[in-house]
Amino acid sequence: MEAQVATFSVKKGLAQMLKGGVIMDVVTAEHARIAEDAGAVAVMALERVPADIRADGGVARMSDPELILQIMDSVSIPVMAKCRIGHFVEAQILEAIGVDYIDESEVLTPADEAHHINKHPFKVPFVCGCRNLGEALRRVGEGAAMIRTKGEAGTGDVVEAVRHARSVLGEIRRLQGMAEEELMAYAKEIGAPYELVVETRQLGRMPVVNFAAGGIATPADAGLMMQLGVDGVFVGSGIFKSGDPAKRAAAIVKATTHYKDPYILAEVSRNLGDPMVGRQISSIPEGELIAQRGW
Amino acid sequence: MKIGVLALQGDFEEHVVVLRRLGVEAVEVRLPKDLDDLNGLIIPGGESTTIGKLAVDFKLLEPLRRFGQENAVWGTCAGAIFLSKDAHRRQPLLGLMDITVERNAFGRQVASFEVDIEVPLLEKVAPGGGPYHAVFIRAPLIVAVHGKAQALACLEDGRIVAAQQEHWLATVFHPELTADDRFHRYFLQMAGYNKRVE
Repeated sequence: MEAQVATFSVKKGLAQMLKGGVIMDVVTAEHARIAEDAGAVAVMALERVPADIRADGGVARMSDPELILQIMDSVSIPVMAKCRIGHFVEAQILEAIGVDYIDESEVLTPADEAHHINKHPFKVPFVCGCRNLGEALRRVGEGAAMIRTKGEAGTGDVVEAVRHARSVLGEIRRLQGMAEEELMAYAKEIGAPYELVVETRQLGRMPVVNFAAGGIATPADAGLMMQLGVDGVFVGSGIFKSGDPAKRAAAIVKATTHYKDPYILAEVSRNLGDPMVGRQISSIPEGELIAQRGW
Repeated sequence: MKIGVLALQGDFEEHVVVLRRLGVEAVEVRLPKDLDDLNGLIIPGGESTTIGKLAVDFKLLEPLRRFGQENAVWGTCAGAIFLSKDAHRRQPLLGLMDITVERNAFGRQVASFEVDIEVPLLEKVAPGGGPYHAVFIRAPLIVAVHGKAQALACLEDGRIVAAQQEHWLATVFHPELTADDRFHRYFLQMAGYNKRVE
């Protein structure tokens, strides 16, 4: 048998290797090394963290490939990069430079208001955001090999991450209690591919790895998301917008491993310096909410 | 039979599921005290730098080495790196097995692959079981075996992807990601054999 590359198993498999870990946003090669030394399982290479994208306004696009390549050269862990929703040419470029995962991300300005990228033909795996089970399974149907709940990026407010994780995980629990004949109507109701609804019910979990993202800023936030039942966490602005990034990054890594142990969580939460200032989501006008992007 | 799975980071849950399906008690290991009363330990796939750092931070390196002197230990992918004496790079290692590994030896994720390999030793658990379907994800290679370490399986071109040294087993691919549980059964035989010797 010839070796097969880019199968769904190897795409999904890399996400399985990231489980129980922390993926950190970095904007320079130096940040990437700090993240790797702190124990990150992967880094997300980008020009601006979401808090700055939010503050700067304007159109947010894929980062300069030169920056992403510098970051790829500086660490041994996987490097992810973001493209705009529906912007399959940005995705082709990211695949061409050899990133390990593409995040088709609502944090950037969407390029298509009706369609996400058809992710199946790509060799590189994709991660996509979701707010509920229907959205998650639509993305898996398009070929996403990993899912993250969206939260509200760049706020340091964990409330939306909790809402989205509770929504997805709660819907999976409800699905367990359904009779087989109810599944088609449920698939129609949530707008998800029927086969994936059946598979999710059978597995009792999302068919791909499911991380939390958007607003995680402290070790306790990471512990909260892990106890709610996600497989790992993305931390965006929360680390490099805080007073002592290296220390906070290492503490969040430890909290993600020992999420069930309040004594260790207490220990790692001590003396971390200032967290990112953050912005309460309820104070943000509805039109400026990032999580609403995606269809 | 009670087997621990190092649960600092990675796909430890996948190993736990296979072990429980085989009727074995499986325990997640995060702290030194979790090693008590185990008959063997699996170190899962994940990021070896993360696993190594957390092992140092939570003072697991020495307890794991002591455990390994007496008991069967199996590392898959990152776990194989962690078991090695040399990973061509400065990072915390258990240094139990006389093997040299090269991280990300096949390149980045787009080069990850699956392929059938011949693993003669699996005849011991399932005679006539045929080739083994192995999944390689940003996989390392075992570039050299020294001392008592022996190559167990190779790719068609001869590059080493599994090795054993007494009661230590290293595979650079992921038996926990496929339904074929022959490697898990082989490891349980190793762990059981070791127990009888005691």
